[in-house]
Amino acid sequence: MADLSVNLCGIDFKNPIIPASGVFGYGREYEEFYDLSELGGIATKGTTAQKRTGNLSPRIAETPSGMLNSVGLQNPGIDHFIAQELPYLLTKDTVILANIAGSTPEECAEVAEKLDSTQVHMIELNISCPNVKQGGAAFGTSCAMAEQVVSAVRKATSKPLVVKLSPNVTSITEIAKAVESAGADAVSLINTLLGMRIDIHSRRPVLRNNVGGLSGAAIFPVAVRMVWQTANAVKIPVIGMGGVNSGEDAIELMMAGASAVQVGMAVFTDPYAPVRIVREINDFLDEKQIPAVRDIIGTVQPW
Amino acid sequence: MKYLQGKFPILKKQALAKEVYSFWISCPEIAKIAQPGQFVHILPPGLGLRRPISIAGIDPENGILRIVFVIKHEGTRKLAELRQGDYLDMIAPLGHGFTLLPEASHVVLVGGGIGVPPMLPLAAYYGERATAVSGFRSFQQVILQEDLEKSGASTICCTEDGSAGAIQGFVTTPLEQLLTEGVDAVFACGSQPMLKAVADLCIKNHTYCEISMEERMACGIGACLGCACKTKNPDTEEIQFLHVCKNGPVFKAEEVIW
Ligand SMILES: Cc1cc2nc3c(=O)[nH]c(=O)nc-3n(C[C@H](O)[C@H](O)[C@H](O)COP(=O)(O)OP(=O)(O)OC[C@H]3O[C@@H](n4cnc5c(N)ncnc54)[C@H](O)[C@@H]3O)c2cc1C
Ligand SMILES: Cc1cc2nc3c(=O)[nH]c(=O)nc-3n(C[C@H](O)[C@H](O)[C@H](O)COP(=O)(O)O)c2cc1C
Ligand code: FES
Repeated sequence: MADLSVNLCGIDFKNPIIPASGVFGYGREYEEFYDLSELGGIATKGTTAQKRTGNLSPRIAETPSGMLNSVGLQNPGIDHFIAQELPYLLTKDTVILANIAGSTPEECAEVAEKLDSTQVHMIELNISCPNVKQGGAAFGTSCAMAEQVVSAVRKATSKPLVVKLSPNVTSITEIAKAVESAGADAVSLINTLLGMRIDIHSRRPVLRNNVGGLSGAAIFPVAVRMVWQTANAVKIPVIGMGGVNSGEDAIELMMAGASAVQVGMAVFTDPYAPVRIVREINDFLDEKQIPAVRDIIGTVQPW
Repeated sequence: MKYLQGKFPILKKQALAKEVYSFWISCPEIAKIAQPGQFVHILPPGLGLRRPISIAGIDPENGILRIVFVIKHEGTRKLAELRQGDYLDMIAPLGHGFTLLPEASHVVLVGGGIGVPPMLPLAAYYGERATAVSGFRSFQQVILQEDLEKSGASTICCTEDGSAGAIQGFVTTPLEQLLTEGVDAVFACGSQPMLKAVADLCIKNHTYCEISMEERMACGIGACLGCACKTKNPDTEEIQFLHVCKNGPVFKAEEVIW
């Protein structure tokens, strides 16, 4: 049995596997399958200051080796999360990353400030949302907007702050450096890639929102590349995700530079994916006689 | 709530009509707890997202569930390629099913096309107290009328072109007539336009009505919020996005906002 523990921003994780925000709700539905304490951590559904209803249906489409979603940020609001969901999650002996979002830097800061006085372990700030004050472009698509929102949240909380980056940018390393200098303790990537499908019989987009986020195995090579570039560009730890389906995928992302790995769409295919991946990582390490998973982080040897 | 994931053998496969298949699946733990109106979430071999399919038969004694599905595109085509003895990867039983009314003396089960299969477990429960109204486009699509009769239900079959069944036209024609004779409840599954027409008729006639809705799903268990259905709480009038996989697929007619 290899040592699977990792430490990020001073927080101990018993293993590096974390179900990604938006696919796992607040964990309750998956407790029917396994004990949540088997997970390294849980990233909760993106939470905003007020309750949001999300987009109209259809919100889901399967695509080759992946899927599109346009759930939008449907959530019951931060007060409900703190009162109804967080206390229960905190009894589960796993690291809780509260994923937050907002339409303005002030809204993001307000949500972070409310979490600051809770026992939540980490805050994951999703900067892929539209900034209503800047014509709706996502915060995460310009260094200036990203810096502005991260600074605002940084001032509002002393919790370890993970900033979740959008891949829909020209240079992921520039954005990563900007959020690092604005006070992020870690970055996580990648969020979904913007995509679209059209039903050629009705000439209508498959999603009611026209466009949606692409995730799943289809985006894995993009994730590996962006994690590798980012890990080489910043000093803070990187949490990798995007299309991870197996222990081997997780190890590949860790060799690219990720200190921990989130698992998204794979839980729809196999609800046991996160715990299976933990087991598969252990099997790989044992077979290669590598004593600890930490030893593989960033060990890719580029040509 | 109680559901599980596993791989379960197909005991028997039968073709019911063009591109319509029935599987009998051995899954004793699921058959023991499954309820009419619930569904199974099946992973077609090689794909990433599961497909929701209604439970069309529950045999807890022998540990068998039945499903009936039509080939739409890739996912259902891959399912149709499976054979007797192959294993189905399922999460089940899922969702909130139809209300069972032990006291009811007359209920109407309205099924449109591939919405007929989930009426079978209800017909098994209500037996002679049920009238099953089924609607199809044409004679080639007619399925499950004998199965419904075997459970004791009276059947009324409608086809849009009049090529089979007693009635040419839509299910609403016989339903309107039945509603005037006094009906305790109507349970329906089918296309959106059919469900809306049935719901409107029942609301107008002050008859209790439950309908089974469809939406595209990812997790199937209420975690991803992919399968939203716009509803209103009949008491408070509050608008809510409920989830077809967890709060449904069965909703009260007056809850749904079309
Ligand atoms: C609760 C519920 C019960 C159902 N019961 C049955 C049944 O008993 N028999 C049957 O034949 N069909 C049933 N359906 C519809 C069935 O799920 C779809 O026909 C099937 O998912 C189509 O998959 P596909 O890959 O062949 O088609 P595609 O169109 O290629 O599917 C693409 C994606 O859209 C989804 N999708 C497409 N059509 C539907 C639909 N009508 N409802 C929900 N998701 C859809 C698929 O699951 C998949 O994720 C049910 C749907 C729901 C929601
Ligand atoms: C249905 C769905 C909902 C999501 N919701 C959120 C969200 O609320 N906040 C967020 O930061 N990311 C959200 N994501 C993105 C995932 O957390 C993850 O970054 C992305 O799916 C890539 O990983 P994957 O390929 O393993 O799915 C969502 C993804 C999916 C599929
Ligand atoms: S399909 Fe995930 S919430 Fe319904």
